[in-house]
Amino acid sequence: MSTTTIKPSGGPGGKPARSALQGAQLPRWSPYVIALGSLAVGCGIGLAAGLDSRIQWGLIAAVLFIGVSYALATTVEGGRQAKDRLATSLVWVTFLMAVVPLASLVYETVKRGSEVFSGYFLTHSMGVVADDEPGGGVYHAIIGTLQQVGLASLIAVPIGVLTAIYLVEYGRGKLAKAVTFFVDVMTGIPSIVAGLFVLSFWILILRFDFSGWAGAMALSILMMPVVVRSTEEMLKLVPNELREASLALGVPKWRTILKVVLPTAIGGITTGIMLAVARIAGETAPVLLLVFTTPLINTNPFDGAQGSLPLYIYQQYQSGNQAGYDRAWAAALALIAFIMILNLVARGIAHWKAPKTGR
Amino acid sequence: MDIPTDTPPKPSPVRDSTPSTAEQKRNARGATRPGDRIFLGLSRGSGIALLAVMAAVAAFLAYRASVALSDNTGNFLTTFEWDPAGLSTDGKPYFGIAVLVFGTIVSSIIALVIAVPVAIGIALFISHYAPRKLATPISFVIDLLAAVPSIVYGLWGAIVVAPNLTGLYGWLDDYFGWTGIFSYEGGAPRSLMTVGILLAVMILPIITNVSREVFLQVPKMHEEAALALGATRWEVIRMSVLPFGRSGIISASMLGLGRALGETIAVATVLSPTFLIQASVLDYGGGTFAQNIASKFGEADEYGQDALIASGLVLFVITLLVNGAARLIIARRKEYSGANA
Repeated sequence: MSTTTIKPSGGPGGKPARSALQGAQLPRWSPYVIALGSLAVGCGIGLAAGLDSRIQWGLIAAVLFIGVSYALATTVEGGRQAKDRLATSLVWVTFLMAVVPLASLVYETVKRGSEVFSGYFLTHSMGVVADDEPGGGVYHAIIGTLQQVGLASLIAVPIGVLTAIYLVEYGRGKLAKAVTFFVDVMTGIPSIVAGLFVLSFWILILRFDFSGWAGAMALSILMMPVVVRSTEEMLKLVPNELREASLALGVPKWRTILKVVLPTAIGGITTGIMLAVARIAGETAPVLLLVFTTPLINTNPFDGAQGSLPLYIYQQYQSGNQAGYDRAWAAALALIAFIMILNLVARGIAHWKAPKTGR
Repeated sequence: MDIPTDTPPKPSPVRDSTPSTAEQKRNARGATRPGDRIFLGLSRGSGIALLAVMAAVAAFLAYRASVALSDNTGNFLTTFEWDPAGLSTDGKPYFGIAVLVFGTIVSSIIALVIAVPVAIGIALFISHYAPRKLATPISFVIDLLAAVPSIVYGLWGAIVVAPNLTGLYGWLDDYFGWTGIFSYEGGAPRSLMTVGILLAVMILPIITNVSREVFLQVPKMHEEAALALGATRWEVIRMSVLPFGRSGIISASMLGLGRALGETIAVATVLSPTFLIQASVLDYGGGTFAQNIASKFGEADEYGQDALIASGLVLFVITLLVNGAARLIIARRKEYSGANA
């Protein structure tokens, strides 16, 4: 990590020989030592001053690390090298700043979630359990989430994949440009707005009741652009030679797409769809507006309120007591596990069935 | 985007042959067989359906919003109340979005101020600093950060992060309390600042990923030229990578901004809302568009829901503008950067 731009020409003994062109340098191990030292001092100051939040300890250590390495480098190596080192240490600190939240989040979810997480928790509903007493489970919420996500995929996947085919295989001119632009913009629609839209036309205007289906419609709006985008990228990776070879044999274009292009890209498309599913499985806002909620098992997504995993977490948290918090964490663990498994499998498929680019 | 799609072979043999009948022309264009026509129709129809959904979202929200606004006795833009049921005004609805505009903008700005430098750092780390073997796992970690559902972020922010921030806020109050912005009266740190910090973590992945893509596209020649002149690694980045990636960073930040503006459930979980505008970002209170919709929805009657839809329409338009602008910047950059030359 502490490589400098002027590479020392390696001597025959393996040890880099000091070039005459090169100025004084800090030893290679110096960043590690400074990092450890500032971490220790940061914790020391934190303890001594009685600062109760670990966030402060970390910030002090980070500032110390950056300051000390800059000062040392200025004195030993000179201004330009010192700036380079400053940038390097800043970049490393930002990287740690991204890892720390993820690590903390995963650690806390696993630690706190495993307290009530069990087979019982996964296979029972909240039917006869009051909010402030322990027990109960997420069975009804899992059923709800699976059905809503399934229905949403049934709407979004065909439309999304066909739109992507249109954009890549046929799309020229204004319509294609408009679709491309609005797919991009649609990716940024806040989930609550999608929920409000379905609320306004399905429930307030058409006068249907809250149901899993209403939630699925909102989720499909969120899912469509993601499917289009990822499918489009995958179709573009299919080498033109394949299409041309098929067309040259007199195969109609639609059969070329169905039998040559899609099978070549199917791995990547599957990955994209699974990632899209993972994304909408964790959406709370539209479900909150449209599915309402029930502590009971409702296996019919077209009739009445249903449960939903993200919504379950929100409600258990809002109940504001320890039993509720425990259930919220356990459900969060279940949700994260589900989403992470989807992610890992999706990436596995992408890795394993990556289209050969033919180059 | 960079890979050419299947452009039809340019020297069309049909055009060269002299007796070009109508049928031959159609054959050259494809899309004559019934299967082809059906398939083209289906896929074009999907594209149109997608546009129709967008139009429908705008139309239905605008319609319900107009229903709500026609009976509003307050000024929708400047009223500091949210009382569509008219509890304090004899049943006359009285509501406005001033507080929500303020809270949304403040929390998003805090998120951007924290997230953009960090995200650029991580993107540089992946593209230029990390050992080659580390770069892929790190990108994967960032992707995982993006995959965590917002409700889990909310739970984590409310139960784990917020209690850890009291010390930091007390310190900020001691040294910067005189500015008014950083005054802190104690109490639960469920403030716009906490929301901003949480949002920063949530928008980090998208900003990182877009900037990383741009940084990786910097022509190798530019970097090698700088290196050959004896530049240090930081000087290479400052002179060739950052100027090349500037528009990419801007659009990445705007995409992140769009995400932060519309984040609902994490904010609703962490923030302890009041319908007030206050100078201090550390004290609890304030509210954002999306959070207000989620929190007020449960108690809203039908008119109340229409009022919330009106505020949702404003949010929709704002995010549409921000995202559209970001995409336009990216698209323009593609044309002029010369990266593919």
